[in-house]
Amino acid sequence: MSNMTILNARNITNEELFFGHKACAGCGGSLAVRLAMKVIGRRSYVVVPANCMSAVGFMYPAMSFGVSGLCCPFASTAAVLSGITQAARQLGEEDYYVVGFAGDGGTADIGLQALSGAVDRNDRIIYICYDNEAYMNTGVQESGLSPYGTKTTTSPEGAKKHGANPIKKNMFEIVAAHNIGYAATASVGYPQDYINKVARAKAHPGASYIHVMAPCPTGWGAETDVTTQLAREAVDCGLWYLAEYENGEFRLNKNPKEFKPVKDYLTGQGRFRRMREQDFKIVEEQRDAMWAKIRKNWQTA
Amino acid sequence: MSRPDMIKDYQGLAGWSDVGAPVVKSGQLIETNAGWRTLRPVINAEKCVFCLQCYLLCPDGTLVKDSGKLEVDYDYCKGCGICARECGFGAITMEPEED
Amino acid sequence: MEARKEFISGNEAVAIGAMLARPQVVSAYPISPQTIVVEKLAEYVESGLMKNCSYIRVESEHSALAAVLGAVATGARTFTATSSHGLMYMAEVLPFVSGSRFPVVMMNANRALAVPWSIFTDQSDSMMLLNSGWLQVYVEDAQEALDMVIQSYRIAEDPAVMSPIMINLDGFVLTHTYELVDIPAQAQVDKYLPPYKTGNKMSIDQPLGVCIGITPDLNTEFRYRQHVDQLRNAPGVIAGADREFGEVFGRSYGSQGGGLSEKYRCEDAEVVLVTLGSISMTARTVVDKLRDAGRKVGLFKIRFMRPFPMQDLLSLGDQVKVLGVLDKNISPGYEGTVFSQVNSALSRKANPPRTMNYVGGLAGREITTRSLEKIFSEMLGMIRDGKAELPPDPNGRVKFINMRWEDHE
Repeated sequence: MSNMTILNARNITNEELFFGHKACAGCGGSLAVRLAMKVIGRRSYVVVPANCMSAVGFMYPAMSFGVSGLCCPFASTAAVLSGITQAARQLGEEDYYVVGFAGDGGTADIGLQALSGAVDRNDRIIYICYDNEAYMNTGVQESGLSPYGTKTTTSPEGAKKHGANPIKKNMFEIVAAHNIGYAATASVGYPQDYINKVARAKAHPGASYIHVMAPCPTGWGAETDVTTQLAREAVDCGLWYLAEYENGEFRLNKNPKEFKPVKDYLTGQGRFRRMREQDFKIVEEQRDAMWAKIRKNWQTA
Repeated sequence: MSRPDMIKDYQGLAGWSDVGAPVVKSGQLIETNAGWRTLRPVINAEKCVFCLQCYLLCPDGTLVKDSGKLEVDYDYCKGCGICARECGFGAITMEPEED
Repeated sequence: MEARKEFISGNEAVAIGAMLARPQVVSAYPISPQTIVVEKLAEYVESGLMKNCSYIRVESEHSALAAVLGAVATGARTFTATSSHGLMYMAEVLPFVSGSRFPVVMMNANRALAVPWSIFTDQSDSMMLLNSGWLQVYVEDAQEALDMVIQSYRIAEDPAVMSPIMINLDGFVLTHTYELVDIPAQAQVDKYLPPYKTGNKMSIDQPLGVCIGITPDLNTEFRYRQHVDQLRNAPGVIAGADREFGEVFGRSYGSQGGGLSEKYRCEDAEVVLVTLGSISMTARTVVDKLRDAGRKVGLFKIRFMRPFPMQDLLSLGDQVKVLGVLDKNISPGYEGTVFSQVNSALSRKANPPRTMNYVGGLAGREITTRSLEKIFSEMLGMIRDGKAELPPDPNGRVKFINMRWEDHE
């Protein structure tokens, strides 16, 4: 870590390896992919399951990735990554990187088993989960990472409940519980933090995992120009956090002295429109409980 | 070359030669995204301090820093407006596209 | 390694065949009755018997074929093995492999599907995936299993075919039966099977998108190409691979007749039974016995279900009056799958035989010589004055054999 050059906007390559894609204007997921590809570079193989990034990137006869890529079965991202990395090694390839980009559903729901297997084997793969908190490619359905109160087409507002019920599944700690060599959370609202975490994942000799918050203006009910601002606000109000897991230790990268109000973050988005004061309170309680544990158990900045 | 060029008048679809296994050449673009835009970002060079925050935050990679001066790739900019909103110096304004 | 003879099971024969073919990536998940294949391959990789090969221990069959997909898409020779529910679980990945035109070789231990649960053999699993775009071969003994693993790479990797192959072995009956098997020398196998080279792969120098999506206006052309390559090219490539195999190893599997099927004593037969897999061995002895008694019966053994031996069926002589199909699977509510396929082929014939479907051997139920004799004698009994008279009820032409209870009616 210490002897790695800190990447920033100035020194990062001009080269675009995810370009000309058909993602919605202001798409946070495509930003997460674009930035990661700039760090990972040309000597790489990309795997994307059935999701927005494959739908907007692999459109025969156009291909927005500048490197080799495979559009895999939804559940299989991590397993396909393992196959590629082992094959490239056996074929005598050197200095190559294998990276997968799956969404929240493709990671925390349908792809969780394959991810667990690959992390357990510690194959040299980089797995990036871009989290937009619902199944967006199919038109906004609830996933295991939709937070409390999210309105989606399968968690509609009704008399019995309004929006998604459970607490967001804790993917970062689920992955860490596999004793992974390197895992991190990030946000497209903090791009410099994110690209440097991708660089660390790239340098790691085993399996690595990055969970990057990537707002979807279309699915979140927001304007196209607020994507990165929302991603930053989520961190600043404590509903998301920037952290790393390495050598068996959790490390918090950003420890806000005080949180910005969750209400400001939530009311800016159509998906939380139905939320009332009591809901904001529930969200705050969930947040405070999470942070109490984090601050007690993790190394803090 | 920091980004792929669009292939104008792509001819690969005629006949079997291109239709063996379903594969596609990486970095191959056959059309632009300019038509999506209703607003276009315009950079005020006097206000721009080249901090490149917008460069990092553009989902489409359409802010270009190659020349040492910030430019917009209007072929692929979709006009989302993130650059203008995030610019701390008021150097980018979103202006309506003329028909 | 030198050529030698060993007393081994069908599973071991498959594992040794795979070892000799020098795959670079193997990924598989254990399931009865395939498990020994997985164990052996893991052992060969660990002990260095298989050099330059990665064994990827996965958490499911879905991931087994997914890992193989990633590996073959990178240009590696690959192998996997499964059975029954494992095949069902990996089913989603099968058309990814075949549609991408990747030459994966897979062994499937034919086993029944739940429910009722059973670990014993029938062919319900592979028959359900006839439309997956994989070539399918059904072998009869351990020697053929070993030989077909090696041949399959030649067939699958041929640029005119570019399709994956599923090698089917009847569970337990073949996978767990020990036989004396000729194991060829590595040098001979290397001569027969050169390393896999392809342009259909991802690479760093020539980056390519694979397993891609294609819009309706071009999608069909890719599917058509896959279809015609299998239909027109695969039979010739299969025959050629077998012929050359015979020249190198001194054994072959019917390439003089094309290799998709085997006709046994069909020349003047009036009644022919269609079988596939291990039961063919029993059926041959029954044919011999009935022939000794002067009965004009024959056997048509299907080796490949894909490509389907349509031409071989059409070339059966017009003297065949009744043709029975023994199906170790049932499409519930209709008929056996092989029966449907055979009838479809015969419908292209000017004077087709009448056809009967015998469903049996489900979930390990034994098919005895006695029950095969009964089938033959029933079909012989349908011929009166040189004409076949079949049960008038169309559904009566699909019969379950060896039932404990008669029809529930």
